[in-house]
Order: sequence, then structure tokens, then C-alpha cells
Amino acid sequence: MITLFAVFLLTLLVITAFGIVRAQNLFVAVMLAGIFSLQMAAIFFILDAADVALTEAAVGAGISTVLFLGALALTVDEERPRPSARFLPLVVVAITTLAVIYATFEKPRLGDPNAPVHMHVAPWYLENTPTLIDIPNVVTAVLASFRGYDTFGEVFVIFTAGIGVMFVLGTPWSRLNADDVPSAETHGLRHHLIPRVVGRLLVPFIVLFGLYVQFHGEYGPGGGFQAGALIAAGIILYALLDGEAAALRAVPASWLAAMVAIGPLIYGAVGLAGIVLGGRFLDYSVLATDPVAGQHWGILLIEAGVGITVTGVMVSVFHAFAARASMR
Amino acid sequence: MDFLGLYNYWVFALLLSTGLYAVIAKANLVKKLIGIAIFQSAVFLLYITMDKVDGGTAPIIQAGAVDVIYSNPLPQVLILTAIVVGIATTALGLAIIVRISETYGTVEEDETQELDRE
Repeated sequence: MITLFAVFLLTLLVITAFGIVRAQNLFVAVMLAGIFSLQMAAIFFILDAADVALTEAAVGAGISTVLFLGALALTVDEERPRPSARFLPLVVVAITTLAVIYATFEKPRLGDPNAPVHMHVAPWYLENTPTLIDIPNVVTAVLASFRGYDTFGEVFVIFTAGIGVMFVLGTPWSRLNADDVPSAETHGLRHHLIPRVVGRLLVPFIVLFGLYVQFHGEYGPGGGFQAGALIAAGIILYALLDGEAAALRAVPASWLAAMVAIGPLIYGAVGLAGIVLGGRFLDYSVLATDPVAGQHWGILLIEAGVGITVTGVMVSVFHAFAARASMR
Repeated sequence: MDFLGLYNYWVFALLLSTGLYAVIAKANLVKKLIGIAIFQSAVFLLYITMDKVDGGTAPIIQAGAVDVIYSNPLPQVLILTAIVVGIATTALGLAIIVRISETYGTVEEDETQELDRE
């Protein structure tokens, strides 16, 4: 039954992707891309990747759609029709597809427990997480502790991308005081009854769920990346409903600037604390007298840093696009 | 059953080339960026497909449970961070497209090239 459902979803995914590429109207393409992400999240869940499904649903279907719509408001919403058929790209793409499909015949079948990917380091993580780190969610343990260096790098990529957007579009907080932003009377969805009522009901619960996902990340699916995306989605929904001015009163621009930088700082500080206390960089075992308690502290701190930075970057990027739109 | 065991990979191949087609054949820059996002999602699907173990469950260890098979946590960690990094880089791409649109008045690639030649 579940196999049938998976095949159905995967087929739907391909049809949606074709629809996205064919759609002439870019709004249609962006909304289809949101649906595509939701289907993808369902497939991830079927494939046992609960953490990834949560992230894809929050990021792909939520924030990504809003950012694309923000960009469309500043550019065009129709793709210019092309009269000439494009045979060369079609031929190239067809050859690529056939080559990749030919290569898949050598792949291990779905769910094969003897596939090479399950032979290497993964069993070690599954076996040693309970004794070394003692948290149930192995994904969080690998992300935050065993492979902490990689995650440190990812946080810096997000930080850099956030700074990049502000370099290109201008910092939202340089001219965005809550007073000189258009108020909710002209902007936002205030005058639409259904989004106002339903949206206002949802905002606190989205933020609360985000906080739950943040602090429950060691025990269930969740962690800083997912929580950051969820809380940012809640704040962005509030900004869409009540206008940017209200959102900037709730989370001032100066806080956002600090939040973008706090994550890498906390992460780096925890890493350096490890050195100061006689361990290695990002070695959490020395943070407390008991190595396992030290691991818990380290993971809690860096996950908090990740969550703060992801929230800060996503909301700042949204404000950067929105400020550009209201400037026109 | 053999056919179903490879179906995920074929969907991966189709999504990969759909994204690639949008990137090389479409002139609209927003459409190209959506194409990159589809391409990226295809790679996510490839990785997550590899994590599945028959009869397995999500790699969250249940206290006291014996003989539970867990799926592979490693591809999940890689893709989890890749999704968030993906949206951050997409945002940067969109910001650049907005500036191109402000400078050239269009986001169609051939038209911006035309304007560059003048």
C-alpha cells in the first residue's frame, strides 16, 4: 500500500515539474513549485527522513514561495513567449536522461540493507550515539556533534548569503524604521476577512511549534534549521497580514541585524570554549565534568545559534525584498 | 518488484533533466532559478532514496526497543543542511535578478544581452 502511494506521489512530482517548466505565467510556476515541495516533503517522510521532510515543508513550501513572490512583485509576472521550438536543448536533455537512467541499473535497489552506503560509517553512528551522546535523534547527534565542523560551515554559508542579499538590495534597517513603512491600511491582507482571521489564529501557534521543534530537536525530528525556518515563516505571515510596520515593531530591525551575526558567534564561541577547557575545537565533552552532559550543553547551544541565525537571515531577506517594493 | 526498486532513481533522472531543460532552454531568469531549484530537489531525492532500509524506521532511537532497524541518518544530515543552504543561495539569486530587472527593465536573458551590445 505504502509503495503504491509512493509511486503515485513520485509520478505526481514529475507531472508537477513539467507543469512548472511549461507554465507561461510565473505566478502559476511559483505556486506549483510550492506544491512540488509539499509532495517532496511527503516522499521524504515515506523514505524515513522525518527531519528532512519537516525542513522541506517549512522551507520549500513556505519561505521559498514567499521569496519568489516577493521577487515577482519587483520584476515581471509573465514569461515572454518564444515562437521558435528549441530542439537542441531537448536533444541534450533527452541524452542526459537516458544516460542517467542507464546508470541507475547498477544502483542497489531501494531499501537494500546491503547497499554500500549502509556499510561504511553509518552503523557506527547508530551504535555509538546512545553511549557517547545519549540523545535519541541520531540525525541531530551527527549534525551537531559528530559532524559539527560541516554544520559550522553551513551556518557561515547562510550568514554569507544573508549578507549578500543585503549588499545587493540594501540593508532593510538602514531606512526601515517602523514609522516610515506603509501601514497596514494600504498594504498587507488586513482588509481580506478570511486570511486575517485564519492567519492571525495561526501565527502564535506557528511560532510556538517552531520553539517546540527547536528545543525538542534532540528527542524527535527537529533542530535549529527547521525551527529557524518555521519561526521565520510565522513572522513573515504576520508581516503579510498586518503589514511590515507591525512586524518590525514585533521584531525590530536592530534585533534582526544582531540575530544574523549571533549564530556563527555562538557556534564559534562554543568551539573555542572547547579549546580553552583543554579539548579540541568543537569538542563538547569538556564543557561539563561529565562528557555526556557536555555533549548535551554543546548541542543545545549550537542548535540555538543555528535557529537564531536562520530566523534572522530569512526575515531580513524578506524585509529586504519588501522594502524594495515599497520604495517604488 | 525489480522495477519498483529503481523507480525513485528514474524519477530522479526525469526531475534532473526537467530542471536542466529549464536552465538551458528558458530565457527568463526567474524560470531559470526555478529550474535550478528543481535540479536541486532531484539531488535531494537521490540522497534520501539511498537512506531507506527495508523495514526500517526514522533514525530516532526508541528506549528499550530491541531489533528495530533504523534507516541511514547520514544522507539525511547532508540534505537537511543542503535544503536551508539552498534557500539562502536562491534568495541571493533572486536579489541579483531584482537588480538586473531594475537596471535593464527586463529579466529575459536575450534582451539583456541585446542591451549590453548597444
